[in-house]
Amino acid sequence: MKNLKQWKFRIAFGCLALGALCILPVSAQDAPDVGPHPAQPLKPMESHIGTVTGHAKGGKMDYRRYCAGCHGDLGDGNGENTPWLDPRPRDFTIATFKCRSTPTGTLPTDQDLFNTIGRGVTNSNMPVWNSFSDQQRADLVAYIKIFSPRWEKEKAGEPIKIPAEPPVTIESIAHGKALFTKLECWKCHGPEGKGDGPSAATLTDSKDQPIRPYDFSSGRDDSRFKCGSTNQDIYKIFMTGVDGTPMPSFADTIQPNDAWDLVHFLRTLQVHRHSKENDVLKAAGGKIPPYVEKPSEAPSQPSNGAAGGGK
Amino acid sequence: MHMGMQSSRTGNTCVGKCFPAAVLGIVFLLLAVSQPAGALPAFARKYGLRCSACHESWPMLTYFGQKFKDNGYQLMNDKDAPIWQNPGYWPITLRMTPFWSRESTNKIAVDTGTGVAGLATTGFNLSGLDILTGGTLEKNISFLLVPSADETGAFHFESVNVRFDNLFHSPWLNVRVGKFELDSFISEKRTLTLSASGGGYQLFHFIPVSDGNIFGQLGDNQLGVEWMGHSFNDRTRLSAAVFSSTDGNVDVPYGQNSYSAFFAGSQAFSAGKLGVQRVGGYAMVGVAPTTYLTSVGVPIPGSGTANKSYSRIGFEGLFYLGPHLDFQVFTQHGSDDAWFGACYGDIITGTCDPANNPTVGGTLPAGARNPTWNGAFVETHFVWNPQFTIFQRSEWVRMSQQAFSVMPSNLGDIDNYVFGYRYNPFMTSRAGFAFHNEYSWIRQRGTAPDATDLSSNSIMLGFDFAF
Repeated sequence: MKNLKQWKFRIAFGCLALGALCILPVSAQDAPDVGPHPAQPLKPMESHIGTVTGHAKGGKMDYRRYCAGCHGDLGDGNGENTPWLDPRPRDFTIATFKCRSTPTGTLPTDQDLFNTIGRGVTNSNMPVWNSFSDQQRADLVAYIKIFSPRWEKEKAGEPIKIPAEPPVTIESIAHGKALFTKLECWKCHGPEGKGDGPSAATLTDSKDQPIRPYDFSSGRDDSRFKCGSTNQDIYKIFMTGVDGTPMPSFADTIQPNDAWDLVHFLRTLQVHRHSKENDVLKAAGGKIPPYVEKPSEAPSQPSNGAAGGGK
Repeated sequence: MHMGMQSSRTGNTCVGKCFPAAVLGIVFLLLAVSQPAGALPAFARKYGLRCSACHESWPMLTYFGQKFKDNGYQLMNDKDAPIWQNPGYWPITLRMTPFWSRESTNKIAVDTGTGVAGLATTGFNLSGLDILTGGTLEKNISFLLVPSADETGAFHFESVNVRFDNLFHSPWLNVRVGKFELDSFISEKRTLTLSASGGGYQLFHFIPVSDGNIFGQLGDNQLGVEWMGHSFNDRTRLSAAVFSSTDGNVDVPYGQNSYSAFFAGSQAFSAGKLGVQRVGGYAMVGVAPTTYLTSVGVPIPGSGTANKSYSRIGFEGLFYLGPHLDFQVFTQHGSDDAWFGACYGDIITGTCDPANNPTVGGTLPAGARNPTWNGAFVETHFVWNPQFTIFQRSEWVRMSQQAFSVMPSNLGDIDNYVFGYRYNPFMTSRAGFAFHNEYSWIRQRGTAPDATDLSSNSIMLGFDFAF
């Protein structure tokens, strides 16, 4: 009986071993894995999100599991899905990021990247990865830094300061509309914010890929912008720009209060969205009055310390 | 329809003969019992995500995959509604597994010698076929349709349901109607194990020896309606389902008015570098008939009355020890009414002797008691990387009270051990392919033809593919 049991276990382990031998030729690596690998050893990049410290090594497996299909094994935005994606996935090798709290042209903070992973990117294939733990996200932030030497040579920019939002008034909305015209936002976003301005069809990103301006009119109560959903997020987009796209930074062009007025106006373009801006507009009869410039108004000057400028 | 399990269900009171025969039948028809899996490359193709995004090792879900499922097969982005898909896109996945296996059993009834003999059979075989179709019909309205065939090509509908999600813009209001898997986050449909002796969870189907209640199998898809709710990040999950006590069979073949319910809740929390942990519990309670009208001695389907109760409750947990190692823990305390224990209940399919069909208000056999049991399993996955996973499961079921005191106290107790590995030579967002190697061993006390222990083991090497 004992011999019978031993025989059975020998058979079992023999078969498992045989199976293992079968797969060894398939995998010439010690850890069977697909695709090209980043240079070894991994750069010891870190990220710091509050009290959580992320390590590149910890993010390697999650990157290959969740991210590499689009962003590529080498982080160059050339994953197997890339040809079918619009917009194209981010190329981490050039370290240009759309959603930042830092001035245009600078590296984002770790928190910016952490937020982008958890928020996802609307109007793209980038999902909301809020099922990750904070540690997972922090590790992924550290991991994507291995792809560009910029992270070793430069520090992240200083986050811009966002002043308190002034009250929404019909005057601020009117001023925002005037700025929308003056700054020629309509050329891309269209006069009604539908993303159908005269330049819209000609826009390309920094990798010469066609890119569409945001269509404000499609906004609903649960809609998001590419870099967030709050008024502060829209403000940040004006002042930091969306790097890698034609959307410039207006930090050198307009005052913080001007930016807030623009935010208030843009919210009214989201005609299907319940918002305090649309409430104010409705109370004013549903029509934005012409903006009359006050004689005492000084020319706009940058005041938030942001570097870089509009394009 | 995928690999099957060794069912613990037994028939009537013919413990010594019928049960081993039934068990062996299932062992050698190892693929006839369904265990459809839910890995859908069609979803990967739709969203451009690798299988590994939603599956720790397909078909087992990651947290992200669980959230995708809980949102009604939606990523909750702009690509969810089918209007955004290429018109040529069809959300269809086919899954099947050709394999070689060795199936061994220590005792089967034979006509020669002592009347019992051991048997070991080797050979090439096929699993059943799953045709998995699912996706959104419109934003927040989705469906799942899974026609499954056994290895001979005999089809049935394993899953057919329509979901309505995020009602009133709330992730807490999601409803599905049809035939569906009960909402345990430890899913037998998504287990990595495939072999005949270890493919399924015993506790998901456990029925004591001589028990007539086939209805309490929480591993079988059920026909009914389910409410599900979850937090935005899916850390908190709740569900409640009401379904017909038919064990998922169509045309209401059993009771006139027999229903069961399943409740589940779980909470996930971050444990720093260890990962996200999840703990929860479930309860399945219900009633099922024990008496049927007959015509020429044959029970009339749908005529069952004299409902009796049953329950299954337990804990479930998913614990990560870093990015490579996780443990699934599942426990169960089960109880059937004494009528079921005495094998009254399912005389429609012959589980119980048609003679066990008392008139309403009949007398329970003397000494009959509620059979009760406890059980647990621990399933471990060592994920070397998303392409290579080593797994094991150890499962134990122990009777705490038999239906009759004269029955051996350990009659029907189960020990089941499985280990193996699964290797995906490539990992893309287009198809799934895995080399699967597994060994499993199961023993059930006192159920061999000579009333001794019955044990079986399986070795399988297969190529599991889904496209």
